[in-house]
Amino acid sequence: MNCIVIDDEKMARVIIKTLCSEIDSLELVEEFSDAIQAIKYLNENQVDLIFLDIHMPNFSGLDFIKTLKNPPKIIFTTSDPKFAIEAFEYDFIVDYLLKPIEFPRFEKAVKKAQKEQIIKKEASTNKVEEVKNDFYVNIDRRLIKIDLPSIYLIQSKGDYINIKTENKNYIVHSTLKKIEEKLPDSLFLKVHRSYIINVKKIIDIEDNSVLIKKDVIPVSRSKRPELMKRLDLL
Amino acid sequence: MEKPNLEYINQLARGEEDVKNTLIAVVKEEYPIELENYFKSLENGNFKDIEDQVHRIKHKFSILGLEISYNKAVDFELSLREGELNKDQKDDFETTLKSITKFLKTI
Repeated sequence: MNCIVIDDEKMARVIIKTLCSEIDSLELVEEFSDAIQAIKYLNENQVDLIFLDIHMPNFSGLDFIKTLKNPPKIIFTTSDPKFAIEAFEYDFIVDYLLKPIEFPRFEKAVKKAQKEQIIKKEASTNKVEEVKNDFYVNIDRRLIKIDLPSIYLIQSKGDYINIKTENKNYIVHSTLKKIEEKLPDSLFLKVHRSYIINVKKIIDIEDNSVLIKKDVIPVSRSKRPELMKRLDLL
Repeated sequence: MEKPNLEYINQLARGEEDVKNTLIAVVKEEYPIELENYFKSLENGNFKDIEDQVHRIKHKFSILGLEISYNKAVDFELSLREGELNKDQKDDFETTLKSITKFLKTI
């Protein structure tokens, strides 16, 4: 688990650093004397845990947490108990340590954060497992099951869509918008107003097109950045 | 009257001299600056600023094992927050400051 500390007082940061060094599974990667610097850092780096002072000049710890879009776990470190109730209104606040912080109390708070991180990871893994692996389409009054990973391309054709799979193509009375809602984001991407592709099936990419199987599919300029983000580039 | 001590610092350092020396060095580095800022804030008479300086310095009280002085500093801070500069509290606070200044010269 990696962490940062935000405290305007150097002594407080050094104490957190000392306490962190006693826990093998915890790595202090950065320290900040003001919250603004930390916001910039967090925009570009991911951390698991923040030790955050509340009482800081200019920008308090409570102001800071309101700026976080995707907050990591936070442990407040403060000499002021009056904010405790407000702090626990946020579910990402793990603990509230009163200064001077002693190691047993510090260790307890870190263990709590680590436990919550494990629970979060497990929940996220279960969520992935719950993602649908197939769906049924209605073709000539028959419901036909299609395995999602077998689909490599879906093309819009007027009031119909052509679902192309490894083994067969299915012409279904539907729209790209409707089917897009049923597809997992992890596999599929709409690269053009008429095409949804399975990103795992891409063979190559040129400037404005991708090759999937034998189909060359146009990629809209606006969709290209998202497509590039999805690729596992070396 | 209670006296500053290194009990908490020793506890943090767990016998490691380097860690202990680093912690002492940081106290020695920060404390004179905080002291100066406190007296400047008194001259300026801005209660919020004085409160901030007291808040900051009181952490040093707790680090140096001054539990009673720490609690008195909390009361002083609260009075300042309410717009009152209590003379007795101020005198107590400054007596502790002197005691720390003296102590830091010995370590």
